[in-house]
Amino acid sequence: MADLNVNILGHDFKNPVIMSSGVFGYGREYEEFFPLEALGGMATKGTTLHKRNGSEGKRITETPSGLLFSVGLQNPGIDYYIENELPNLLTKNTNILTNVAASDKEEYLQIIDKLEQTDAPIIELNISCPNLSGEPYGVSCSSTEMITRAVRERTKKPLTVKLSPNVGNIGEIAKAAEAGGADAVSLINAISGMKIDINTRRPFLRNNHGGFSGAAIFPIALRMVWEAANAVDIPVLGIGGISSSEDALQMIMAGASCVEVGCAIFKDPYAPIKIINEIDQWCDDHGVKDINELIGAVEPW
Amino acid sequence: MKERIEMKYTQGFYPIIGKENLSRDIFSLTICCHEISSLAVPGQFVHIALPGHSLRRPISISSIDREAHTIRIIFAVKGTGTKDLSCLNVGNTIDIVGPLGNGFTLLGKDKKVILIGGGIGTPPMAAMASYYGENAHVISGFRDKTMVILQDEFKRYTPNTYVCTEDGSEGIKGFVTMPLEELLKKEHFDMVYACGPIPMLKAVAQVTERYDTPCEVSMEQHMGCGIGACLVCTCKIKTEHGIDFRHVCKNGPVFDAREVEWNG
Repeated sequence: MADLNVNILGHDFKNPVIMSSGVFGYGREYEEFFPLEALGGMATKGTTLHKRNGSEGKRITETPSGLLFSVGLQNPGIDYYIENELPNLLTKNTNILTNVAASDKEEYLQIIDKLEQTDAPIIELNISCPNLSGEPYGVSCSSTEMITRAVRERTKKPLTVKLSPNVGNIGEIAKAAEAGGADAVSLINAISGMKIDINTRRPFLRNNHGGFSGAAIFPIALRMVWEAANAVDIPVLGIGGISSSEDALQMIMAGASCVEVGCAIFKDPYAPIKIINEIDQWCDDHGVKDINELIGAVEPW
Repeated sequence: MKERIEMKYTQGFYPIIGKENLSRDIFSLTICCHEISSLAVPGQFVHIALPGHSLRRPISISSIDREAHTIRIIFAVKGTGTKDLSCLNVGNTIDIVGPLGNGFTLLGKDKKVILIGGGIGTPPMAAMASYYGENAHVISGFRDKTMVILQDEFKRYTPNTYVCTEDGSEGIKGFVTMPLEELLKKEHFDMVYACGPIPMLKAVAQVTERYDTPCEVSMEQHMGCGIGACLVCTCKIKTEHGIDFRHVCKNGPVFDAREVEWNG
């Protein structure tokens, strides 16, 4: 039994595996497969100021080794979350990252003000949703720093900022979040992608494009996590196409303190549990006593 | 000692013990899975993982044999996933999460009901016909006679079966709503159950509403998790607060036809 505990964002994560936002709702469904306390943490569904119905029509389609996803942030709104979901999640003996999404600064700040009155332990600021209209803040350094700073000034809670991969300079963007006062960065969100049905000449998704996720994006995510981890001094939460303990360990060696597992859970509902157990086994097999030894342990050429 | 927590959902690998090719692109697999057969009710589905695919495929359960510990699924080859599913054979195991979703509301077996299946929406009606026996009137609609399936099975349960084909190559030429309306005109039915393409379900919903007969429809949508976490399989439902986006996997796949927003 290696020590898998990682301390980031002011909290102990009993293992470095967190369920990522968007595939896991508020935990109530997958809890019927395994107890949430087995996880290092979970990020909630991206929650907005008001209830959102989300995108019309078909919202998911498979691609080689991946999938395209466009939910359009369907969620019940922050008030419902605070009243009905957060109290339940706080009983689960795992770290809850409240994922917050909005289309402008005022909305972000209103959500943050509401959360500040609660016991929500950690905020994951989603500035990169690929399925909202308009350009997300996460695509430029200046807007990333501006929104991070604005939120930082309104909350004492630990804050991680979820970054967009749809940029050319992820290291600079991560630095901008750090400069704005983020305690960590989470990356990557889904890559913007598209698929067309050649028989109907229509995009498969009613939203035309969507977030491209799954094993196919793992090498891209890994490279971006490595660049971001090299650029900043704050912890990095590595996300993107992780479907095995080997993927998770690669992310950690690239510099991620924790990893977030996403749509791998669609194929295998026990994926995060297997990843945790296999990381432990790998550490034992390789004489690693503490998972922290592996963070950023890659020896680049 | 820690209390053992009963989990509502399970995932497992189960042996395929029977396979049939029912028509051109339609296959039937019989799977031995006590955990699923002991819990499943008609109208529920199983979520099947296939090597090389990132998403599971939701397939409705067409029959349940609690004594033999088996379920049967019937599916059409439509894309790469169902193609790979059709290549599995007796002796292979299959990765299933299930049973999922809400099944049809079962009334007393003495109630008179109409079961309507359109194309590959026909299979779930086999379990329903087995339950209601001769109190069921089974209407099946297909594009043409090469697509017709399950009629011998329905006839084992009830003498009241009707086949419609769009081109008239077998049975009644026309849509399932023709015999449906004839039946509703003649006598009282306690419930109509339907599964098939959206335009058919919409037409069935309109007819049953006109005759003030309760109707349940089974909806289909592309799915992610299959349990209500990922929110991709939407269905628009009328509520007192307006239209709400519900999810086929968790809130359905069976809905009250009067609640479904059919336009858009």
